[in-house]
Amino acid sequence: MEKVLELKGITKRFPGLVANDNISFDALRGEVHALVGENGAGKSTLMKIITGLYQPDEGEMFLKGEKVKINGPRDAIAKGIGMVHQHFMLINRFNVVQNIILGYENSPGGVIDFDKAKKKVEELCELYDFKLDLNAQVGDLSVGHQQRVEILKVLYRGAEILILDEPTAVLTPQEVKELFVNLRKLKQEGKTILFISHKLDEVLEISDRITVLRRGKVIGTVKASETSKKQLAEMMVGRPVLFRLEKPIVKTGDVILEVRNLKVKGSIDRHQLNNLSLSIRAGEIYGIAGVEGNGQRELVEAIMGLLPYDGGEILIKGKSNKGLDTRAIRETGVGYIPEDRHQRGLVLPMTVWENMVLGLERKPEYSRWWKLFRDKIKSLTSKKVEEFDIRLGSIELAIRNLSGGNQQKVILARELSYEPDLIIAAQPVRGLDIGAIEFVHKKLIEARNNGKAVLLISADLEEVLSLSDRVGIMYNGEIVKEFVPGELELEEIGQYMLGAHKEVGVG
Amino acid sequence: MGDIMEMLASALRMTIPVLITALGAIFSERSGVTNIGLEGMMMTGAFWGAYGALHYGPVGGFLLAIAMGMLVALIHAVVTVTYRVDQIVSGVAINILAYGLARFFSIALFGMATTSPSVEGLPKIDIPVLKNISVLKPIATDISPIIILGILLVFVTYWVLEKTVFGLRLKAVGENPLAADTLGVKVIPYRYIGVIISGAFAGLAGAYLSIEHTHMYVEGMTQGKGFIALAAMIFGNWMPYGSFWASFLFGFAEAISMRVVQSKVVPYQFIKMIPYVLTLLVLAGVVRKAQPPASVGIPYSREGD
Ligand SMILES: Nc1ncnc2c1ncn2[C@@H]1O[C@H](COP(=O)(O)OP(=O)(O)O)[C@@H](O)[C@H]1O
Ligand SMILES: [Mg+2]
Repeated sequence: MEKVLELKGITKRFPGLVANDNISFDALRGEVHALVGENGAGKSTLMKIITGLYQPDEGEMFLKGEKVKINGPRDAIAKGIGMVHQHFMLINRFNVVQNIILGYENSPGGVIDFDKAKKKVEELCELYDFKLDLNAQVGDLSVGHQQRVEILKVLYRGAEILILDEPTAVLTPQEVKELFVNLRKLKQEGKTILFISHKLDEVLEISDRITVLRRGKVIGTVKASETSKKQLAEMMVGRPVLFRLEKPIVKTGDVILEVRNLKVKGSIDRHQLNNLSLSIRAGEIYGIAGVEGNGQRELVEAIMGLLPYDGGEILIKGKSNKGLDTRAIRETGVGYIPEDRHQRGLVLPMTVWENMVLGLERKPEYSRWWKLFRDKIKSLTSKKVEEFDIRLGSIELAIRNLSGGNQQKVILARELSYEPDLIIAAQPVRGLDIGAIEFVHKKLIEARNNGKAVLLISADLEEVLSLSDRVGIMYNGEIVKEFVPGELELEEIGQYMLGAHKEVGVG
Repeated sequence: MGDIMEMLASALRMTIPVLITALGAIFSERSGVTNIGLEGMMMTGAFWGAYGALHYGPVGGFLLAIAMGMLVALIHAVVTVTYRVDQIVSGVAINILAYGLARFFSIALFGMATTSPSVEGLPKIDIPVLKNISVLKPIATDISPIIILGILLVFVTYWVLEKTVFGLRLKAVGENPLAADTLGVKVIPYRYIGVIISGAFAGLAGAYLSIEHTHMYVEGMTQGKGFIALAAMIFGNWMPYGSFWASFLFGFAEAISMRVVQSKVVPYQFIKMIPYVLTLLVLAGVVRKAQPPASVGIPYSREGD
């Protein structure tokens, strides 16, 4: 088959790191070519080079055998390369047609013929089997449909090569299936698709060939039909990946967290908690399983002093947290890995080293009166960067420049650095790749082995079952069942999660 | 009936300066730039309109007012779009600056700080056909051409925003500049144009006050109409037709208040408050439901910080 796109020796350096190191690969007509790699491997950077957002420091690019230089996204699309962004670039208040034609109105004289434009979009939808309400405001569409608009946008501009940067990260499993149907149709029509992901199951399902990146380098290109999840994972991470966790038996100690009959009244944006009780001992990971939005967030916020509760009590090492603010609660020895690291865990425009002491800055090691001990904090940060294998160019970078996995590692490093006795980990691996997930899990187990108590909240049942010593199933603001992993069949757990069973008086 | 029509005609005259300024504000806001400097731009228009009318006739006055309004708007655009200064701060500064400059030039050019000599207005016109219907006489005969222009501008604004490439891109820039940018729509020029159009409209509206309404420039004659226009635009949900009705509501309230003032029943200070109180109430009641352009007030840069 015809080589549509070919890269030779592409190198891109950022201050302090090589994001793309001598990368060569090609994509064929009618092929789905996946690009996989851990967070920070350089996938997005490579795509930005292909679409002209960045210029490579070295290397050449060929389109249909012809050497080209791409000057920017507009130039890229003129040459038939279209990017479907990870974060949608849509205008919520415009309808579908307006979004699609924006910037490409094709209206001599400056007056738009919306009927003609709509017809053209309809034809595209028909050709590629896209189901979409063209008159709807884009802000009212589901995420899956918004993604279709993004794809149509590049097709409308005549793209031959479509780049999808982590398109499934935002989709539900059902939407992923529908997307794959569309992608197969596009492939049939002779389009080339570059599919970026770190979810190996999906990659194996949709792609023809897979190129693995690690730390900016191409590790290899393999045929999807000739490889396995295990092999890909190993190529990505650079060592064998255990899909199972090693968990030694440890003797549990005192009760560290005790929640008794906790009550929170519900409101529009908060779920109620009904007489929720649980207790966690030192050396124990207590997992909360449950469909998201059953009060998990409220439980965490009540423990951390972020949400006042209406009844019951929360004892941390025997002392009530009532009336304490979050800082005081943290100072009693609680580490907190929040569910939303951008809203709660980090201050994105601040540097990595500043984030590393966020909330701890008043400790005598880090400051006195008005003076921050910068050198000390920076050297501590460098040490942690090493220890936690955080990949970055410089600790002076604003933390928003780090990939999600590396941001999470900063939070983890900070929260574990003051040896808390209780660790609240809410969705600690959301959005991370397998290498980072394994790392976070290892650290949590390590903390447990060292006699810490861990409260783990996760929407991923498999994660909860593999990490926890005990599990509480949360439904509608209550713990409806408590068990030790292995005691219950998956099916039974699922029923509790959906509220079909209820056992009274647990906890 | 005749009374009601007189009243409507008066309301329309009060509506026009607010309406034209509000329409201009739509262009600025929908491109993503809040413009609370409208008051100052109107003031500038009122002053230079009178000056121009005095020396070059009413048409010259309007053209000069529009040009000066655009010039002041250009300052706002440079400061907020290029240098990304807070738009409210810049707008406040523009208002103070415009007030000071008007006073300065008034002393320099008219020899008086607070008023200009009286000026000639545009020839009054009748609306064909309508003028023959006797009930409509008060609103169809002997009216300022700017009133007609103002009403036409409502339709023109709507057409530009909804039907043209320029309008689509302008709105895109105000809603999601990053998205627009990645689609090759240049954010900065569109925002400049949006702000400058608002300056041109505000200048025109200010000149209407001095040339057509009072036939002279009087210091402070805009009386907060720039702010009212902003409120009318919000009440009109950033849309031209909505802004028309909102401006008309204000004009109507002002027309009523003038009648009642003449009647001397209630202390006139209270009556004069009606349009402003009305504006406050309307804003308090409506703003929660309003849908401002998603990125209005936020400076744009490629790096996003
Ligand atoms: N604009 C930038 N400045 C400095 N470093 C950057 C910039 N963009 C990305 N990086 C770094 O380059 C590396 C590769 O990033 P990226 O291509 O986004 O990875 P991926 O998409 O595979 O997760 C990361 O270490 C990231 O921190
Ligand atoms: Mg990426």
